[in-house]
Amino acid sequence: MMSTDLSILLPEVMLAFYAMVSLIVVVYTGKDDSARPLTVLTAIVFAGLAFWIGYAGSGSELAFYGSFISDPFSRFAKVGILLSAAAVLLISMEYMSRRGLLRFEYPVLISLSVVGMMVMVSAGDLMVLYMGLELQSLAAYVIASIRRDSVRSTEAGLKYFVLGALSSGLLLYGASLTYGFSGTTLFAGIFEAAAGDVSIGLLFGLAFLLAGFAFKISAAPFHMWTPDVYEGAPTPVTAFFATAPKLAAMALLARVMHDAFGTIVGDWQQIIAFLAVFSMFLGAIAAIGQRNIKRLMAYSSISHMGFALMGLASGTLFGVQAMLIYMAIYLTMNVGAFAFILSMEKDGRPVTDIESLHMYSKREPLRALAMLVLLFSLAGVPPLVGFFGKLYVLQAAVQGGLSWLAILGVIASVISAFYYLRIVYYMYFGTERDSLDPPSSPVLWSVLMVCALAMVFGVINLFGVDALAAQAAAALVN
Amino acid sequence: MTTIILFAPLVGALIAGFLWRQIGESAAQWTATVLLFLAAFLSWIVFFTLPDGTQHITLMRWVESGTLSTDWAIRLDRLTAIMLIVITTVSALVHLYSMGYMAHDENFREGESYRPRFFAYLSFFTFAMLMLVTSDNLLQLFFGWEGVGVASYLLIGFYFRKPSANAASIKAFVVNRVGDFGFALGIFALFFLVDSIELDVIFAEAPALADTTLHFLWRDWNAANLAAFLLFVGAMGKSAQLFLHTWLPDAMEGPTPVSALIHAATMVTAGVFLVCRMSPLFEYAPEVKTFIIYIGASTAFFAATIGLVQTDIKRVIAYSTCSQLGYMFVAAGAGIYGAAMFHLFTHAFFKAMLFLGAGSVIHAMHHEQDMRNYGGLRKKIPYTFWAMLIGTLAITGVGIPLTYIGFAGFLSKDAIIESAWASGNGFAFWALVIAALFTSFYSWRLIFLTFFGKPRGNHHTHEHAHESPAVMTIPLGVLALGAIFAGMIWHNSFFGDHDRMATFFDMPHHEEEGSEARAGDGEAEPIAEAGESPEEAQDESGEGLADVGETAAEGAAPEMDATEQAAADESHAEEEAHLVGTGDIGAIYMSEESEEVLDAAHHSPVWVKVSPFAAMLIGFALAWLMYIRKPDFPAKLAENQRPLYNFLLNKWYFDEIYGFLFVRPAAGLGRLLWKRGDGSVIDGTINGISMGFVPMLTRLAGRWQSGYIFTYAFAMVIGIALLITWLTIAGGAN
Repeated sequence: MMSTDLSILLPEVMLAFYAMVSLIVVVYTGKDDSARPLTVLTAIVFAGLAFWIGYAGSGSELAFYGSFISDPFSRFAKVGILLSAAAVLLISMEYMSRRGLLRFEYPVLISLSVVGMMVMVSAGDLMVLYMGLELQSLAAYVIASIRRDSVRSTEAGLKYFVLGALSSGLLLYGASLTYGFSGTTLFAGIFEAAAGDVSIGLLFGLAFLLAGFAFKISAAPFHMWTPDVYEGAPTPVTAFFATAPKLAAMALLARVMHDAFGTIVGDWQQIIAFLAVFSMFLGAIAAIGQRNIKRLMAYSSISHMGFALMGLASGTLFGVQAMLIYMAIYLTMNVGAFAFILSMEKDGRPVTDIESLHMYSKREPLRALAMLVLLFSLAGVPPLVGFFGKLYVLQAAVQGGLSWLAILGVIASVISAFYYLRIVYYMYFGTERDSLDPPSSPVLWSVLMVCALAMVFGVINLFGVDALAAQAAAALVN
Repeated sequence: MTTIILFAPLVGALIAGFLWRQIGESAAQWTATVLLFLAAFLSWIVFFTLPDGTQHITLMRWVESGTLSTDWAIRLDRLTAIMLIVITTVSALVHLYSMGYMAHDENFREGESYRPRFFAYLSFFTFAMLMLVTSDNLLQLFFGWEGVGVASYLLIGFYFRKPSANAASIKAFVVNRVGDFGFALGIFALFFLVDSIELDVIFAEAPALADTTLHFLWRDWNAANLAAFLLFVGAMGKSAQLFLHTWLPDAMEGPTPVSALIHAATMVTAGVFLVCRMSPLFEYAPEVKTFIIYIGASTAFFAATIGLVQTDIKRVIAYSTCSQLGYMFVAAGAGIYGAAMFHLFTHAFFKAMLFLGAGSVIHAMHHEQDMRNYGGLRKKIPYTFWAMLIGTLAITGVGIPLTYIGFAGFLSKDAIIESAWASGNGFAFWALVIAALFTSFYSWRLIFLTFFGKPRGNHHTHEHAHESPAVMTIPLGVLALGAIFAGMIWHNSFFGDHDRMATFFDMPHHEEEGSEARAGDGEAEPIAEAGESPEEAQDESGEGLADVGETAAEGAAPEMDATEQAAADESHAEEEAHLVGTGDIGAIYMSEESEEVLDAAHHSPVWVKVSPFAAMLIGFALAWLMYIRKPDFPAKLAENQRPLYNFLLNKWYFDEIYGFLFVRPAAGLGRLLWKRGDGSVIDGTINGISMGFVPMLTRLAGRWQSGYIFTYAFAMVIGIALLITWLTIAGGAN
């Protein structure tokens, strides 16, 4: 029995084991000298695990009395998490090592964080959920302040930690309320408890849980930490925060809503729609004032989370599918955009001011073109893939009877187009300024190009992601 | 072969339009012209060797959407064949003529290349027109319909530096939009009713449509009448019928060859063609047919009155065209589609010739178009004079009354007037007869003012007047042949002989007492023109018609023996039943009533047959009196009858009324929507939001983002409070 359970849990166990073993081994051997090979190895381990999970897993299995679920949905999320984390590790190396930040703890912490995320998306019980969430968060707090000697980085880590603690408190409170009113922490049990008359206590529990999740996906009004942390943390860490944890938290949210509260769709639908509208508009409007591209990406991600939530808000199977597709596209676009941001340097120092991009197309036409494709895709300009992501969630909202939400989404996307296009404007029609250093890293270049090409050629069939997402959504919603 | 005819002009247009830089200007012109002559030659072969029955030649699949499925296909029957020869022949001659006419144009700067473009447009127009007449379904017809509209627009505005030309091209396009809107609605209605836009399907369903009602706008209509009416609205626009005619005179801003090809011979007759093509539908829409008669007769009369006083040589001919199109519609409305096609056919020759002749005059007079500045040009440009004279003889209908010998217009116009009489519509008959009088008057007025009398206007211009080059006079000569003989050769096939007509148009044969009675030689042979030289055919028709003359003289009045009539009715009914069963109808379809009208027209009394000739004589006499005998009389008359004169000179004030009723309100509305609606409301709102409101919110969001943890925590607490409140108030909590 135990062995069956553990075999279902095997990827997580292996990754946790890998993290701890590598920590011990490196501490006693090379320390920071071996950080670079360790990072590459970790990326390879992530990619290997992703392929293993993607190809080996089949069907839905429960472990530990239903508190851990392995189904197509969790596998979809895990593959996304692992691949994006691997990509972020690869694009981090150059930047981190140049600035002496590439410590051996970095890949280890990321590994632990990824383990937390994998547990999150597989959680079938509030306790497991909390455990995964905290594992992910604690690792993230540390890597946010990995640059110990920088005030900004420490400040970012501290802010993240304090507000994260608050959100954990909200989440725990919600969990305890839910437990109190349903008598169980198992999602399946909550599902049954919520089937009949729903008590207001359970709804309060739901609201607090949602607040906790909203913090993790940085949905407004629980987003305030995002711009500061994104700005303060080293850029590779920002790239990490903007990608894998978002997918994990979003998947967790979908899991809890459908597995535990699937009978009261009407109630959580309203909250999620509210979060979606608020996030879309706040992300779109506040980003206009930003000159720092990292802060800008922070607001951009807030806005994108709003769109993903819109898919979820429809409360339908198609909505979950749309959300998963949207997140997959979002991850790709962000990895590409951060690969570009990481290459922005002047005199060897990282630059984050968007003004520095004036007339970038003159000096680096190909990179500028790739970034243009990514920005257009982020803005949702057809025929790029980003447009189809938006189309999916809008369709989901309309099919779910939330046409007003879809209309607001379109308006928000029009507003948000402004700041993406402004960067394009600077790159192509700006005034001549001091130029950035010519980028040298082939890794960043190839990641940028792959992502940009994916935005163009993905329109053919989205690389089959839509079919996988449909399968995943079908496993979740029943 | 038909495919070559259809695509030769397109190839010509593409070569002249896009490759002239490679092959040179004159090569481009010659390519287009030679291809057109090839098409014309093949068209005549097709016309003479046309087998029985309708042929469908599918070129390729076009639209497949739901129940709508459409091919690019050629429908080849007599109607198509007639249009093919008209279009390609006139077009080829106009191409040739344009070589000379467009050689030096002062509307373009020195060294500017405009000739290949002109030829490309002409060839493109020809292609679109051929697409129109060969179409096997309404969509392709509409494609051609719009294609010729575009070509017309481009060619009217060919002198793009002239503001008046630009205005005229826009006017033509906009007025045609009104008609096309009706046409499109008609197509939609038919598709809605019969679920297909294939002509064959529609024709087969036409009898059923007559018993169907369709709700449209505020009430139920008879489906056949409604569809036919909407189609006719399209025809009215294209053929410049009353109320939608205003664009045609202005279209004379285009180069003269364009006027000859598009605005006389081909495009403007598309409306007539449409009615004839859709004859199986119109035959079941009697109210619409009556309406067509009224519109046609009114147009014929109204345009002729305006033609009386116009002084621009091209405008006179333009109004004349408008008037002649009215004649054609009267015949079509009476159900005598053969007569309509006959007049269309002959008119194409003599009207194209008149235009080309006018172009030759204008060319000689250095682009002077005002007839008051002409005079005495007979000696200077003799070929042109003779050509114009033949054209005038043809249009005014000179011939020997009660025989079938005369110029083309004599036969075809008389056929229409007899049809109008036979249809029992007194208004139409008298309007046409009076219009014939006016036609004669203004046509002779044109001749007298231009070629007779003393030279007026700038004597310098008169001194330099010279005959046009051969490329311009040869087309005139060819068209003159048509203007003289086309009527006599084909009279029987189009109108004169019932049996021949049936064979010609591939209609089901009808036993007809009238033809038996008078076909003395009794040879109802299938169409034999192919092998015959024009002379033979002429002789033969002369013989046959002499017989008819006799019978008419004997007083064989249109009364029919009652029993015979009944028998005829029966056979008609049988025929019809047969028709509906197989759906196989000839090129045109004539119902029982129309057949009777045709018989009545054949047996119309002598005074009816003579009346257009008399009207022509009176018109000629008046013109001679006023412009040769007493040249100062017209001015006095205009002075005496000032209001009437102004009324006519200003074209019945149609432009002014339309300007007041439609153009100014539309422009005003447009300005309102532009300045207020678009400028103030939309731009204002968007600018206000995007430049005022959103940045304000941005600043606000920036201020909230204070950087202090307690602010952030506070925001989260506010957030959770909001969520809880919302769930408590609005949620499904019990």
